Amino acid sequence: MVKEAAIPPTGQSSTGKDEKSGAPAGNLVVKCPKCREILLAREWEKNLKVCSRCNFHFKLPAFERIELLVDPGSFVETDGDMVSVDPLKFVTRTKDEVQFYAKKLEEERQKVGLNEAVVSGYATIESLPLVLAVMDFRFIGGSMGSVVGEKITRAIELGIEKNTPVLICSASGGARMQEGLYSLMQMAKASAALAKLGEAKLPYFSLLTDPTTGGVTASFAMLGDVTIAEPGALICFAGPRVIEQNMHMKLPEGAVTSEFVLQHGMIDAIVHRRELRPTLARLLRLYTPQTARQAGNLIPTTIKMEPNSADRRGESDGLRPGI
Amino acid sequence: MAYDLEFEKPLAELERRISSLQRKGDHLKPNEHRQLQEAERELRHRTEEIYRNLTAWETVQVARHKDRPHALDYIRLMCEDFFELHGDRAFGDDHAIVAGTAKLDGETVMLVCHQKGRDIKENQFRNFGMPHPEGYRKAGRLMLQAEKFGFPIICLIDTPAAFPGLEDEERGQAEAIASNLYLMARLRVPSIGVVTGEGGSGGALAISVTDRLLMLEYAVYSVAPPESAASILWRDKVYAPQAAEAMRVSARELKEIHLVDELIPEPLGGAHHNHQLTADNLKAAVLKNLAELKKIPIDDLLEMRYQKYRLIGEYGRVS
Repeated sequence: MVKEAAIPPTGQSSTGKDEKSGAPAGNLVVKCPKCREILLAREWEKNLKVCSRCNFHFKLPAFERIELLVDPGSFVETDGDMVSVDPLKFVTRTKDEVQFYAKKLEEERQKVGLNEAVVSGYATIESLPLVLAVMDFRFIGGSMGSVVGEKITRAIELGIEKNTPVLICSASGGARMQEGLYSLMQMAKASAALAKLGEAKLPYFSLLTDPTTGGVTASFAMLGDVTIAEPGALICFAGPRVIEQNMHMKLPEGAVTSEFVLQHGMIDAIVHRRELRPTLARLLRLYTPQTARQAGNLIPTTIKMEPNSADRRGESDGLRPGI
Repeated sequence: MAYDLEFEKPLAELERRISSLQRKGDHLKPNEHRQLQEAERELRHRTEEIYRNLTAWETVQVARHKDRPHALDYIRLMCEDFFELHGDRAFGDDHAIVAGTAKLDGETVMLVCHQKGRDIKENQFRNFGMPHPEGYRKAGRLMLQAEKFGFPIICLIDTPAAFPGLEDEERGQAEAIASNLYLMARLRVPSIGVVTGEGGSGGALAISVTDRLLMLEYAVYSVAPPESAASILWRDKVYAPQAAEAMRVSARELKEIHLVDELIPEPLGGAHHNHQLTADNLKAAVLKNLAELKKIPIDDLLEMRYQKYRLIGEYGRVS
């Protein structure tokens, strides 16, 4: 919630801007922001936008990630036409300028070529069906407002309806300030939908990519039955800048990254981009049979599980604290 | 109680005049007696006027007032036999979250609340009401316990935000908050959240996913503290007042857009001017809502809770 590559009013660049959308179209070379290696654009793309020298994983646009993960031609997008509507009529005024969120949305749609910061739909991976939602950091820092929350929630509900596992690929600066409390409440909305998915005994796989921060981390991103991350991704609740300001310290090298959260027991695995598709296929094979056995697509969409509280406490979904 | 906020200067001036007249006691001359009555009337009138037209940023100041009642004040003023329960059973006890069982109007309830301090020492102990992961895990543990025994859950929300420290990241701040959202969505007991001061970010949300969300009249609730929002949007905290206004943080505005179910009136000049009256109002609102919720079969209540959050959000379609 605290780190968002947002709207630099004075033209100063936000962190990591140069690697945000990868190489500008037509460039022959790309510079790795981590090791400064000059990479041939063609080679770099063939290497799935991973630095061949230092293994730095560049951010991926949502559709490129979908292409990377699912069976060719199997993806069907849902709610692609859904757009934000500026519920608070959000205007930011400073002494120099006035900014309208509605205008900002229009500009982002033009610039990024997406309607919002998440793309959702269903597909297959090695012929196994799943529902997926993939965030795109380029659209207002992948921030979550009403539409991101709604599309994620619909994707989870579609998983329940279709009786399939759900995958969410996070890439976000956190909650979108311009939609105020509406944004915060999307965290509760999506988490509630995941609780229903859990009651339906359907697996949820969470993939964390660079960066996963703020209200997205503190809701669906950290609720995976299996949570995996790409190497070197920034993963945290408060952003590094906020932590440094608050603690009056410099963060140690490698703090709040994939490796850090794995070490502290917050995620299950770190998986190289090249290995993501086979890894997800393995997980789908491991987790799908159990749910498919239940009755396949005969399960009514309004399925309502009503275990008593003792049963629910017995679940070892690893999400409940304390008991 | 003194009027000590920046925008209350005219009220403070009136208050000084009144107290200097009052000091004379029985020695007031008839015209001074009239002056006193007039000053008191004017103070009431001006206070009403100022508080009717508070800006978002002024509301934030009231919501953060150091003399505003905090959770333990409310618990003392509205409950009997509070038994505080400590610790998350995994790492430690967080003093920014106070929780435990108590009798409310004869019934056992589970209280889960943020707790701020009043002076520097108290605030160090309470970490300014900013919880660590173990605080959310204590809250989650005790909410599960409430479900086990069928105790209704009452959450009093008053935090600037979750604490942004490196150790909090190490101990899984995000996971701790997320787990509570997941848990609270499906708890099989009625729950009521009341924002009593400032509700800031995931730190507030982590104990406020409830069947009914109430707010005190001058409380605020926002996606991030205005200072943080300003630093995200403008890279400068000095724009906090603008951020507060643009985000619509006040209870009244949030009620208008249906993100909050009910407002609880505060005494003239804010809750800190009369703790008992505020606690009485809060208790009455909680009891009324609890009575309503208890009439609803639990499965229906869970579905209503789901739909309540499900319906939050505005969106359109491109043609």
